[in-house]
Formats: sequence, C-alpha cells, structure tokens
Amino acid sequence: MSATDYRNLAISAGLVGLVALMPFYASGYVMTLAVTVAMFTVLATSWALFSGPTHYISLATAAFYGLGAYITGLGIDHLPYWTLPLIAGVAGAIVAALVGVATLRLSGVYFVIFTLGLAELIRQLVTFAQVQAGRQGFYVLTSISETMIYWQLVALAAVVWLVGWLIWRSRLGFALRIIGNDETVARHSGINTAQAKVLLFMVPGAAAAIVGAIMAPRYVYIEPSMAFGPILSFQVVIMALLGGTRRLWGPIAGVIPFTLLWEVISGNMPNQTYLLLGVAFLLIVYVLPGGFVGLYEKALHRWREGRAA
Amino acid sequence: MATTMTRDVLSVRGLTKRFGGLVAVNGMSFDVREHEVMGIIGPNGSGKSTMINMISGALQPTAGTITLNGQQISGLPAYQINRRGVSRTFQLVRPLNELSVMENVVAGAAFGHRRRWGHEAEAFAETLLQKVGMGRHIHLPVASLTYIDTKRLELARVLASEPEVLLLDEWLAGLNPTELTTGIELIHSLRAEGRTIIVVEHVMDAIRSLCDRCVVMSSGAMIAEGTPAEVLADREVIRAYLGDEDDA
Repeated sequence: MSATDYRNLAISAGLVGLVALMPFYASGYVMTLAVTVAMFTVLATSWALFSGPTHYISLATAAFYGLGAYITGLGIDHLPYWTLPLIAGVAGAIVAALVGVATLRLSGVYFVIFTLGLAELIRQLVTFAQVQAGRQGFYVLTSISETMIYWQLVALAAVVWLVGWLIWRSRLGFALRIIGNDETVARHSGINTAQAKVLLFMVPGAAAAIVGAIMAPRYVYIEPSMAFGPILSFQVVIMALLGGTRRLWGPIAGVIPFTLLWEVISGNMPNQTYLLLGVAFLLIVYVLPGGFVGLYEKALHRWREGRAA
Repeated sequence: MATTMTRDVLSVRGLTKRFGGLVAVNGMSFDVREHEVMGIIGPNGSGKSTMINMISGALQPTAGTITLNGQQISGLPAYQINRRGVSRTFQLVRPLNELSVMENVVAGAAFGHRRRWGHEAEAFAETLLQKVGMGRHIHLPVASLTYIDTKRLELARVLASEPEVLLLDEWLAGLNPTELTTGIELIHSLRAEGRTIIVVEHVMDAIRSLCDRCVVMSSGAMIAEGTPAEVLADREVIRAYLGDEDDA
C-alpha cells in the first residue's frame, strides 16, 4: 500500500467516525433522513460495485432487501437479534449466487428484465405463502431504536467501502472492468467470466439483504408489497448512476441530493415521486452520462490541462 | 524427415465444424512446429476464421481434436485455452476503450498463461509496448489511438501472457502500404524471437516473407500444404483462388 492509500483510508475512517456521531447532535427529523441516506448509501454503493464495471443493470435490489426484512420478521421471536443480519447476509449471497448462475450468461436487456421479474416472483411467492398461512404480514416489535439502526447502517457502509476498495485493487475487480468493456476479450484473456460475475454479484446481494434485516424493525409491520416494493430497485439504480459508478464515492454523491429531493417532493407532492424518478433518469441519460463523478473528472481534467498549458 | 528436429506444439486432427447443414471446416489435420510461423490461407469463406475460432475456443468443434503439447484443448472454454498458452488477436481489432493503454496490456498478463500482476505486470507491459512501437503512446487515451496503434496495442496485450502459440487473425488487414511494411517488420521481429505463430492472412507479400509453411483451405478442406513458394505454385491452389482456366 502506498502513502496515498494510507491517507485515503485515514480520511475515510475519520469521515465515517464523524458521521457516526450524528445522533448526538441531530434532531429526530434529521436522523430519520440520515437513516434513509445511510440505507441508500449501502444499497447504491454495493450495487455499483457490480453494475458499475460490468454495465449489467440489476433491478434485483428489492428482492434481496425483502428477503433480509423477512428473515428479521420471521426470526426476531426465536433468535438473538444480532444473528439476523448475519443470516440475511449469507442468505442474500446464496440467492445471488443462484440467480447469478442462472442469469449472468444472459446479457444486456435480458439480465435487466430477469432481475426485475425475480423481485416480483419472490414477492408473489411470499404473498401466496402468507395467504396460505392465513396472514398478511408480520409485526416486528423490538426495542431497537432508530439510532441503533443508523449505527448499524453506517458500520455496514464502512464495510462495503472497504470491500469495494479491496476489490477495486484486486485482480477480480480488474477482471470485472475488462468484462464490462468487452466480454469476448475477457474470455480470450484467460478470465473465467461466469465465475467472476457470480462472485461479485454476491456482494450487492448480501449487502441488500443485510440492509433489509437491519431496517425491518423500523417498519414495525412488514408485508410483501412494502418489503419487496420494486420502486426501491429503481431508486438505487438512479441514485448510483446520478452519482456515478466509476469511483467508490460516486453513489453517495447521488444518494444525498436525491434522498433530500425525494423527501421534499414526497412531502409536498406525494403523487409526483415517479415523475422525479423519470426526470432524474432522463437527466442522467442526456446530461450526466458519467454522473457527478463524470462532471468532477471533466473539471479535474480541465484544471490539469490549464495548469500544464 | 529433417523437420522432425523440432517438436510439434499444436496438432489438429480431423477437425470439423458444422453449422446446421453447412460444413464450414471439414476434416482438417495439420501440425504446428515449435518456433515456426504457419500460415492458414485460402479464399474468402474457406473456413479460416472458423478454424482460428476453434483453436482459440470461441467455437466448439463438431468433431476432431486439437492438442497443445500433447494435451487436448478442444472442448475447453476459451479462458482455459488461453491459460494453457494459446492467445489470439481479432480480425476486427478489439481495444478496451475504457481502460488505459497500460491496463489494456496488463489485461493480457493478469489472467493468462504466465501471470503477472502489480508492478511486475506494468513493467512487463511497458517493455511490450516499447517492443511493438508504442512507447510514446503509453499515456494517451485508447480512444485517440490510430488504427495501426490499436492493432499494436492488441498485439502487446496478446504477447503479455507469453503464449506458447500466438494466433494472428488477419492482423495486417486494413493497413495502408506504409503501415503494412511496419506491420510485416513487427511480425518478423516476433518470428526472430522464436515464437510459434499461426497467421491467417490475405496479404500475399506477408505470407511469402513471413511463413515457414502454409496450409491452404478451400470450402472447409485442406487442398495444399508446404512452403509458401510450393503452395502458391500449386495448380489446385491457383484454381481455388482464380477459378478454372475454362471459366476465365
């Protein structure tokens, strides 16, 4: 590791520490927002770890998130709370591996549609199972406070960043970037493309399931339409792309403004949230193809050229 | 035979590829010897590309076997074949545009036959970039490279895994006359290093000056084998390229 690596690690650790102190000075309303930001930070950052380099757009976030929420819902009365996020993480990784084996041979739009369908499929199955059991959802009654949820999410975000940073430097991360550029070249350069993709797809799967497990107590009552709501998958994609996926800090640069904007719009014009999604998507496609990261890189490039001239 | 002094690196036996009713390659058999440049030539549609695609693992043969140093590689996925030491360029050059020039070459070194990573891979990539004549372009974005430079880049990437057998699929195609001279010189320098190379080529000058031996394909089958001078004088070969005298 170079001196720059140590410096970046120290700065990141310092920032995470500062953010973790927030419950001591922020108001209840701000904390509610902060939990949402922390949640989307984990989801969007882990999503970008896989979908950024490979350009495989996954809409399966809601499937993993719902899975995690249900693991907490089912397990809370029987198991110690701290085991549930761990179980959710393992379950999420396993489901992601299965989905990966089944779908990652698909490319482009087929992969997108399958992942969207998967979330719906799981939601319908869970609904069906619950109707058979004669109920609609679960109560998740715990003594876990919003502050606790927040700290868990911040810790998880730190883990995701660390994992992302390690992957980025590793041969696996490099393999994924080659796959994203040209899968044929990747195969003919000795890369086991299927294995690399499945391995990395397990990271967002596990992360989203853990987030679901951590968030479940916040809802008090869990039902399929909420735990597996497809809008979550779209929000994650939009936030990650808005921020940009070429840098590790990119997604959070999209998460913060988007969450605040979403809050304002859903508070004042609750029916216009989908419009925000649509407009944000158009904006990304036409104006910000590289997200805020792209803007930053362009500015940096110009500044350097200006200095060199 | 005098040529048994050098051993066979790659052997193809009875290799056949059918696409539905079409037989693209029909019972091809030949050997590639160590340190030899072997040409696969033939008119358009004679099955040369299918042949290269089967050797590199892009296509699976319908029948027949390919062995590398005595071990069967036919039937293996492309990445396995690359790891065992067969590396290829593409007829339509495929640079990795979002990666840097350096990373394009490291891509060939990191997962292939002889693996390098980190500083070692970068140092090796730099040597190769110098070798192919791109030493001055290391810091340019890939998208800004000229056509011949993308071809050089791809060559450096393929060399980076130190393959036992190098497959050049019409590497000289699309170059202008000046670039062609440079390109032929470059392949000459690889030949001088004692590499084992299979070239699929249309450029006759290149075949004459580069190849130790050629196999000539027509309609998926081999119609001649020998030195370039021998096969290019062969009646059957002339007929395959130019048609019968009666037709003319």
